[in-house]
Amino acid sequence: MTVYLVRRLAFLAISFVIAMLVLFLLLRVLPGDPANALLSVNATPEQIAAAQAQVGSDRPLIEQFFDWFGSLATLDLGTSFISSLPVGPEIAARMAVTIPLTLLSFALALLIALPAGFVAAVRSDRWYGVALSGFSQLGIAVPVFWVGILLVNVFAVNLRLLPSGGFPRDDWANPADALTSLVLPVITIGLVMSASLTRYIRSATLDVIGSDYLRSARAQGASFSGAFRRHGLRNGSVPVISILGIELATTFLGAVVVESVFALPGLGSMLLTAIQQHDYPNIQGILFVSTLLVLLIGFAADVVQRFIDPRLRVSISGNGIR
Amino acid sequence: MKRSTGAIALSVAAALALSGCAAGGTTDSGAGSADAVIEIGSLYEPQNLSNVDGGGQGVTEAFTGNVYEGLYRLSDDGEVEPLLAASNTVSEDGLNYTFTLQDGVTFHSGDPLTAADVKSSIERVVAEDSQSARKSSFAVISDIQTPDDKTVAITLSEPSISFIYNLSYIWVVNDTAKDLKTSEDGTGPYTLGDWKRGSSLSLDRYSDYWGDAASNKEVVFNYFTDATALSNALVTDQIDIITSVQSPDQLSQFTDNPDFVVSDGDSTTKELLAFNDRVAPFDQVAVRKAVYSAIDTEKLLTSIWGDYGTLIGSMVPPTDPWYEDLTQVNPYDPELSKTLLAEAGLPNGFEFTLDTPSYDPHPAVAEFLQSELAKVGITVNINTISADEWYSKVFKERDFEATLQEHVNDRDVVWYGNPDFYWGYDNPQVTQWVSEAEQAASTDEQTAKLKLVNEQIAADAASVWLYLYPQIVVANSDISGYGVNGLNSQFFVSKIVRS
Repeated sequence: MTVYLVRRLAFLAISFVIAMLVLFLLLRVLPGDPANALLSVNATPEQIAAAQAQVGSDRPLIEQFFDWFGSLATLDLGTSFISSLPVGPEIAARMAVTIPLTLLSFALALLIALPAGFVAAVRSDRWYGVALSGFSQLGIAVPVFWVGILLVNVFAVNLRLLPSGGFPRDDWANPADALTSLVLPVITIGLVMSASLTRYIRSATLDVIGSDYLRSARAQGASFSGAFRRHGLRNGSVPVISILGIELATTFLGAVVVESVFALPGLGSMLLTAIQQHDYPNIQGILFVSTLLVLLIGFAADVVQRFIDPRLRVSISGNGIR
Repeated sequence: MKRSTGAIALSVAAALALSGCAAGGTTDSGAGSADAVIEIGSLYEPQNLSNVDGGGQGVTEAFTGNVYEGLYRLSDDGEVEPLLAASNTVSEDGLNYTFTLQDGVTFHSGDPLTAADVKSSIERVVAEDSQSARKSSFAVISDIQTPDDKTVAITLSEPSISFIYNLSYIWVVNDTAKDLKTSEDGTGPYTLGDWKRGSSLSLDRYSDYWGDAASNKEVVFNYFTDATALSNALVTDQIDIITSVQSPDQLSQFTDNPDFVVSDGDSTTKELLAFNDRVAPFDQVAVRKAVYSAIDTEKLLTSIWGDYGTLIGSMVPPTDPWYEDLTQVNPYDPELSKTLLAEAGLPNGFEFTLDTPSYDPHPAVAEFLQSELAKVGITVNINTISADEWYSKVFKERDFEATLQEHVNDRDVVWYGNPDFYWGYDNPQVTQWVSEAEQAASTDEQTAKLKLVNEQIAADAASVWLYLYPQIVVANSDISGYGVNGLNSQFFVSKIVRS
């Protein structure tokens, strides 16, 4: 297990460095220039040159990359080209919105999807099982911003039950206020996410129901629920966990879209603004943090799977990592 | 992405129409109105807090006249009024200006205002690395002297009739202030409270303000990236006022609703179809006029803005002193358009690429132009680009045939006197008139010269001036004391009260 962990961590570190390098280069081939965000339509050639010098977009790529990578090593994410504010503290402030939003949405999606997926599988011959499958199919087709707009119109604009958007100026100083402003965005993302999760859980459950070991357990006289608890849960959860890792990362992406609909000052809206302005330090900082999070989620999902399923532990031979 | 925003707007409009849009609730008037907190909603967040380092429209809106003041101020009606300058004298030849400063003015840090602060503030704007949009206007300054703490003497290399007007753009900043992109040290009625990037910026009443204290205790600018979210915030009482509505789709819920006041002010923002006058066939006046006459601008304005907005026949909005109605110089007349094309040797029309910024209203305008010009045989290829690409491709490299762009400032017809500008209009006569207007001895003479410029660029169809945007402010009806014209993106907040 220790050998595995060390290898897995090395793999994580290498993928992280490659990801950062690719992102850095991708950003630089985008058309446009970060200096442009600083200019007005009256800008003179001198002003254009000055703006380029200010953001360093006139320097060689390799120099820009090592500058940035070097400061990363000291955990300094640099300073925004546009606002001149340090990137790190701003990302931290935005995480205070995006992380709770992502986790709460994900929890809600699971709360809906676990029972819904299970029922849709076990009761696939009943009308409500079929209805659940149908709903989840529909949910996958619905764009997340549309759900958000619908919820705002019903619960904020017409019923006045919840704020239509925004986040308290004092952040989490008053947790009740902060949570209130997250209710609609969380329901929006949670509902949409639960649709695809329901389908995964339904198919994992169907696999278990059709499996030989469950049939053998039933043949030995176990009840369906007893056999499912004893054998099915553990077997069925292995593929679900790796899907959960991916879905958690997807929830984060959903947050990007929803933050703009609900005027939430999170990481997603920060990324959109930064991309519009070519604010490289901000974009790189956000991608640095989010790539790290996504890789760590994948890592955690892997490790948990190996704890659950002993077969995964022996399947590692000398030829690399599964 | 572009399509989806349109779809959002449509679906919201439909949903609102269906739901009949419940009337606003009661606003919480809180304590006495002098202690009110005014919540403002805006689409323009400052990029940073300095107007010489690319802070953009947002910092002008939040700070000009509120946190920083100039020697003069441009009022909401377009009048230039003395502010930190108590008085001034001008020499006979128009080259020497002497300004006497107001008494008792202090910066927010406590420093008193002196002539040295004014000098360094002007130098900030003309400095080599300054990104001020007004930098070139001050190239005429040859010398600034400060004989004493209350007096600033400025010498110009040539007369400049707009000099006092241009001074209204210069923030007077404490000469010892640091980190001006992230903090401030001005003399205005408010100090900067908190700036939460991506969310809000608050201003607190400054207790030692030299003039009349602000009528409210605190003002918060709440920033939105989505126009629908901004409207919803007003409907649900999260904000009191929207500084500038950018889409008529949002307006239906506020007109005819007694809880809100919709103000239709005078804007200076022009939607332009700008040709690259250097490249064929747009180097021919006849071709440019043909394009102009092929476009039904009235129909375009109605389709974009409904009943709002104004038609213009040149770069000059009705609020500029040298305005005259030139809408009939290039009338909508497809037959005339075809005749002009034939005259120019293009009886079968031609083809060109229109570089279209990806944000509203440009994509919709581009599609309209495409269908209008097709009727006279001109094929338009729409090339959608980001605002950022527009700067690189169109503005810097001049690598374009025609483009769409909104020009927001007042008195900007003078750009047609600059042959190096991005649209490449080069008429030596116009260049001379613009320069003579600036050196005129009186405003009457300046106005007369700029009217000549105005008529000439319209006759040459230097660009197509499609329409003038409306300037729409929507506010809760218990709020008053705000400006409605948003001149040059200014938004003075110190007189806003909640009844």
